[in-house]
Amino acid sequence: MTKEERFRAQVKKVYRLVVFTFSLFIVTGGILVYYMFNPNFLNFDSNTETFVVTPIELDEDRIENGIHVSTGLVDADGLMTVVNNCTNCHSAKLVTQNRMSAEGWNTTIKWMQETQNLWDLGKNQEVIVSYLVKNYPPKSKGWRMVLTDIDWYELED
Amino acid sequence: MKRKEFIKKATLGSFAAIIGTEIVFGSKILEGYTPLALQETDPFKLFKKNPEMVVLNDKPWNIEAQAHLLDDKITPNSSMFVRNNGLIPENIDIDSWTLTIDGESVTKEKTYTLTELKSKFKQHTYQLTIECGGNGRSEFDPPAKGNQWTVGAVHCASWTGIRLRDVLEDAGIKSNAVYIGFHAKDIHLSQDPKKEPISRGCPMPKALQDETILAFKMNGKDIPIVHGYPLRLVAGGWPASVSGKWVDRISIRNKIHDGAKMTGTAYRIPCKPVAPGEKVKDEDMCIIESMPVKSLITYPKTGAIIKKGEALKIRGHAWAGELEVTKMEYSIDFGSTWTTCPIESPSNRLAWQHFSATVNFPQEGYYEVWARATDTNGKAQPMLLPGWNPKGYLNNACHRIAIKVK
Repeated sequence: MTKEERFRAQVKKVYRLVVFTFSLFIVTGGILVYYMFNPNFLNFDSNTETFVVTPIELDEDRIENGIHVSTGLVDADGLMTVVNNCTNCHSAKLVTQNRMSAEGWNTTIKWMQETQNLWDLGKNQEVIVSYLVKNYPPKSKGWRMVLTDIDWYELED
Repeated sequence: MKRKEFIKKATLGSFAAIIGTEIVFGSKILEGYTPLALQETDPFKLFKKNPEMVVLNDKPWNIEAQAHLLDDKITPNSSMFVRNNGLIPENIDIDSWTLTIDGESVTKEKTYTLTELKSKFKQHTYQLTIECGGNGRSEFDPPAKGNQWTVGAVHCASWTGIRLRDVLEDAGIKSNAVYIGFHAKDIHLSQDPKKEPISRGCPMPKALQDETILAFKMNGKDIPIVHGYPLRLVAGGWPASVSGKWVDRISIRNKIHDGAKMTGTAYRIPCKPVAPGEKVKDEDMCIIESMPVKSLITYPKTGAIIKKGEALKIRGHAWAGELEVTKMEYSIDFGSTWTTCPIESPSNRLAWQHFSATVNFPQEGYYEVWARATDTNGKAQPMLLPGWNPKGYLNNACHRIAIKVK
């Protein structure tokens, strides 16, 4: 074999190696890309239903029609202070169900601090209480309320 | 346990349907793992509740029925209110579950496995009325703090279990015993393991009644987890908070039990009547014992429109705490006149009683049918709110439904 022939053979060898490596790269990459979009294809027993994708509500701070969607609280001054301090242990529903004066809320906060591990609210206490008194004021009910929200229907026997 | 079952049965497809999006790498989820978005989701599916039940609070769970959902003589799980003070215990293992009897007044502290309890003591089944002390709170003025229950925090299911008395006597009761207090496996809202969400009890005479039981079954099946699986203390006729769920320890006390929600304003009312809104000192508050006389019209649902000349069939239940209901009446003229209607005897002591009537209306128009029960002591339900109290307990005002005759 001449020097030139040996050189050609070497070039061919290198060329084949490069082509092989490159193809391997393409194939592996292709498989990986396919896997990214179809993570189930290696599980031969899994079903292949497709689902309509509706994005989940991820924005915890979204306000709609004046209501903080994730808690149901009214959007007003002090909202986020209430969300951050009053919805860790219990649901906001426990807050919105109740109607109290500033004194009532302060007593309730004191009770939660003494018995339920609520932290010291510092300056936030005033923000929270004024938010609650303003947005969830007590309603007068008297000794018996009129029946309201009646859903009328024809009674079939 | 129920959640686990639910997950096991659910396919990835239904996960996706519930969450509303595909779970990428869904096939890689470990068996038995609950995706975060699925935890504490639809309470109606989770607890198998009627979709018409009303969720008052989702942390902790507080869910009430509406009057017409309580029409069954024996309340099914689907219509039973949920009142939780803390979080439902996790990883309940019935094989390792034990009940300990301890306290200052126990002769010898004793611990039983569930199997021992079931085999060692005779089992009994009773229909027992359990009503939340705060049922009807929403009507008080000035408003009272807490979940704003309307009328639906009451049920009468059939409970099977052993008498608390038999277990207490097996461990031995010292002569200085005055009270029992339960302890349970639920988790405090603050997640503080040193705190109990609720630990209430009752005086010895109530604890020793035939009908005060440690129940394993509700309506013939394992108690649903949200109602206290695998072991619930059931003390009919008293505030439902005495009927502790997920019980693992009962202390025989030589003094009034002082656990969580036994003190302050919790389940206590002024010893002497007070004006609405009046401040009451702690030492002037007394623990609620028997619930007062009360009734519910469970058929028809409020808002029925009937034709002129047609008679209206009504029915419902009445109960009176430790006592029995001896008289049932209804009025269609806002209490000007009352008509007596038949009331059945209870199937056992502390079970609610059923009434029914056929009502005729004189002319077209708007009516309210009011129901009023009277107990063995001659006490009847008031038409107005009963005495105001700081936490809004014991509202037994007459129930009423709206009717139109056309």
